[in-house]
Amino acid sequence: MEEVEKSQTVAGEASKPVPPAIDHPVKMRTRNVNVHYGEKHAIRNVSLDIGEREVTSLIGPSGCGKSTYLRCLNRMNDTIDICRVTGDLELDGENIYSDNVDVVQLRARIGMVFQKPNPFPKSIFENVAYGPRLHGLVSNRTDLDEVVKQSLRRAGLFDEVKDRMEDPGTSLSGGQQQRLCIARAIAVGPEIILMDEPCSALDPIATARIEELIDELRQNYTIVIVTHSMQQAARVSQKTAFFHLGDLIEHGDTPQVFTNPRDEKTQGYITGRFG
Amino acid sequence: MASDHIVTSYDEELTELKSKVSEMGGLAEAQLENALEAMQRRDTEIASRTIEADFRVDNLEQEIDQFVVQLLALRQPMASDLREIIVALKISSDLERIADYATNVAKRTMTLAHSPQVRPAHAIPRMARLALTMINDVLDSYADRDTQKAIAVWHRDEELDEMYTSLFRELLTYMMEDARSISSCTHLLFIAKNIERVGDHATNIAEYVYYLVEGKPLLQSRPKGGENEYERLDLPKSQA
Repeated sequence: MEEVEKSQTVAGEASKPVPPAIDHPVKMRTRNVNVHYGEKHAIRNVSLDIGEREVTSLIGPSGCGKSTYLRCLNRMNDTIDICRVTGDLELDGENIYSDNVDVVQLRARIGMVFQKPNPFPKSIFENVAYGPRLHGLVSNRTDLDEVVKQSLRRAGLFDEVKDRMEDPGTSLSGGQQQRLCIARAIAVGPEIILMDEPCSALDPIATARIEELIDELRQNYTIVIVTHSMQQAARVSQKTAFFHLGDLIEHGDTPQVFTNPRDEKTQGYITGRFG
Repeated sequence: MASDHIVTSYDEELTELKSKVSEMGGLAEAQLENALEAMQRRDTEIASRTIEADFRVDNLEQEIDQFVVQLLALRQPMASDLREIIVALKISSDLERIADYATNVAKRTMTLAHSPQVRPAHAIPRMARLALTMINDVLDSYADRDTQKAIAVWHRDEELDEMYTSLFRELLTYMMEDARSISSCTHLLFIAKNIERVGDHATNIAEYVYYLVEGKPLLQSRPKGGENEYERLDLPKSQA
């Protein structure tokens, strides 16, 4: 169930944080996004631009709404009955919540990678092949092979799995599984990849590989990442947005946010002073 | 400032860093004060004690360096904490230079004390007082996070520069009048230059204090005193 309303903008209220100078064209434009879980007002009037082919990180303490906001971007919140999303969310200028949007197609354009690697209980090959087949992106086995290889290469996993494509995806290490999930997301040719704490279950080496991968992927994809690690946000993103209690407190160039945040709350959070 | 981190040992470390920098500042200031006193009183005893004590400032600088590296590695500081730590590192290196200049003044005093006294160059004690006030104030501004005071120090450097320029002219005149004074006057000139450089380092520290508090550099352009710092004085025709 989904309910989309045109938000009633209260002038001034929504434009609290000063947006950073966007040097990349805006890929996703969101205005006055509000999310309610039943009675709970989880996101309040968030307006944020996501720049094309750059990494935007969403940070903030647990329960601040960053994951909820992320899940609005590809309508993952639609799957939760009591969740109500209002506001304008546009992908390339088109409202992603309008009635004629095919949610399955939308999620092909806006892929997602989750906190815990969740490969299908199938072979490595099938994990990646599933999406292109489902979406009818390939017409024959040769093309499919090519898409799978290409996706695994882009995810930096191909060399490690090329001789064991028929092994189950779950036989890989945690870091490899996460890269497999990234390959699976890439395989359907998305424009945006959403990542919800993609490294929180990984060791530092596997984390570094994912971060390196994120840096490569931003040449071709727009990436939005939710992370609990501020160091990770600092390392991988060009823009950082800080959420607190459902409000977007500050959104700026990552170097600025981490060296000279404008808001006291941001300062408190990133320096570890948050009560 | 650092009084409310969730991890209290982090607060303690930042407080310790700040107090180390203040301690080093006090030491560098005392070194300069002693060197200038030795010079004015032609006291080789004080001068040699000052020279010997320089290692304490150097040691503190190394301690601060190591502490900063440790904090960066172990705490991964952000925002104001990061500025706190970086600024401590930078201030300590300026303080080390200031103490070096003090040592220099003391060394020249050792030589000067054994030479005949030249006519008093009045500007030197005045320069010394001003430089000491600048150091004192800039260290206060660091301790109190007082940008107004820091900016005041920053502006006062102009006066010091002007004094140096006029002293330069004065000493050149003495040297032209009496060639036997050249050696002593040259030492005095270097001493004046050292004091003038101390002012520049105090100015640097003022800039760091501003950056520490405001998170952005102090960008105004500073009025430079003695605009023709490198002026020349020609010998009168009769001696040429």
